[in-house]
Amino acid sequence: MSAQIELAEVDKRFANGVEAVQALSVAIEPGQFVSLLGPSGCGKSTVLRLIAGLEQPSAGQVRVDGQAARARVAQMSYVFQEPTLMPWSSVLDNVALPLRIKAIARRPAREQAERALAAVGLADRARAYPAELSGGMKMRASIARALVTRPAVLLLDEPFAALDEITRHRLNDELLALWRQQAPTAVFVTHSVFEAVYLSQLVLVMGGQPGRLIADLPVELDAARTPALRLQPQFAQHCRRVAEALERGQLSGAPEGR
Amino acid sequence: MTGPRRASLLVPAAAGLAALLAWEAIVRLRGIPPYILPAPSLIARTLWNNLDSLLVSWLYTIKITFGALLLALGGGVLLASAFALSRTLERALFPFAIALQVTPIVAIAPLILIYVDSTTAALLICAFIVAFFPVLSNTLIGLRSADPNLQDLLTLYGATRWQRLRWLLAPSALPYLIAGLKISGGLALIGAVVAEFAAGAAGRETGLASRILEASFRTEIPKMYAALTLVALTGVGIYLASNALSRLLLGHWHPSERR
Repeated sequence: MSAQIELAEVDKRFANGVEAVQALSVAIEPGQFVSLLGPSGCGKSTVLRLIAGLEQPSAGQVRVDGQAARARVAQMSYVFQEPTLMPWSSVLDNVALPLRIKAIARRPAREQAERALAAVGLADRARAYPAELSGGMKMRASIARALVTRPAVLLLDEPFAALDEITRHRLNDELLALWRQQAPTAVFVTHSVFEAVYLSQLVLVMGGQPGRLIADLPVELDAARTPALRLQPQFAQHCRRVAEALERGQLSGAPEGR
Repeated sequence: MTGPRRASLLVPAAAGLAALLAWEAIVRLRGIPPYILPAPSLIARTLWNNLDSLLVSWLYTIKITFGALLLALGGGVLLASAFALSRTLERALFPFAIALQVTPIVAIAPLILIYVDSTTAALLICAFIVAFFPVLSNTLIGLRSADPNLQDLLTLYGATRWQRLRWLLAPSALPYLIAGLKISGGLALIGAVVAEFAAGAAGRETGLASRILEASFRTEIPKMYAALTLVALTGVGIYLASNALSRLLLGHWHPSERR
């Protein structure tokens, strides 16, 4: 199950006058894994929130499966930069929360949550409280919560930015495996060129401010990404192309007349 | 765990005992007369000899204190929830709450005693006025300090208002509510005693404050101390009970109770 995402000439101005996104047009195919890459403050997170329907565009259209935010039926999930677990609930109940909100009874919700936790390798920590987990484990639980509803759209806002490199690499691989299983449309916000290239089929490079699309670069690498890929020349080539686009964005983002 | 925990009980108990022994010793060695400062042993004996009448008064004071505390808890939480739902309501009513809070209860008590026929009801109202503000303001802050990301998550999943309250707002507010309750517990006792002083010793049903007033009219200093001991014990009991409640409700997850 996956959904198509389309942004057409989207502007987003906040009440305080900040122009976060300007004339952004993006089309994401169902089941694609897309990264939004850009320097901090370029409106990446705003784009994610627009897709989620947590923000409304000031101009233009944001459509998921052809529907505007209010009419949406497609199930969406969101993974934040922080694990954002409820500290008063066990890991199991945290993961079961989206199902409970959908009025699924406690027992079947917990059974599904247990399966989702097993999929991220946390089966034995289901009864633990979030404070008892490491940073990587918390993020795994957060991903399990996002996937427990089998979403059509999976939105991830720099989920691994706060983790150490070793954990981040491992979670990259785990995320890819889970994405392949469920095949939602995934939009992944990051400021790491390597992470974007490693994970995605399409990298959207953004520049600021206000946030604009600098380049959309398809990643033509083997579909089965393995850690060995990080050492191969095609990978480095892709990273270079993406990094150059990022650089261009920085330059063109400079004030005019200089 | 048991080692430090035992020490945490042992040290204050030993210090308390030492203070009592020193008090006893000073009174005896200096020959201080009981109408100036009674020894702890005399206070204990007075307490024992007047146990029946003091117990009745004690129960009455406890009734007022806990009645007011329950009202404060219910009223404070309800009002905070209403304020959390409506800023307009908050702007309209919060000044009243503040006015009640900052006006000394001894200044309001005589009026309430005139307006309200039943002394018990009047005392309840006074103790409630003193006790409810910490619950109200703390709960309100708690309801407003839920993690914004979790708020977004519930919006994304289409949670109803009730689900949001049940799964996010109420648990987020709980540590704040408990902190408010710890303050309100002591204040309810203060309110109950102070209001009774304002009421005077009149009426059939009277609490510990009336016993203290009576004893002071007759310069029965040991009896004053005996009643005072019960008031202090009540306060300590409320403090310990609210700490136990805090451990029970927050112990498994909140940083304030984690060891």
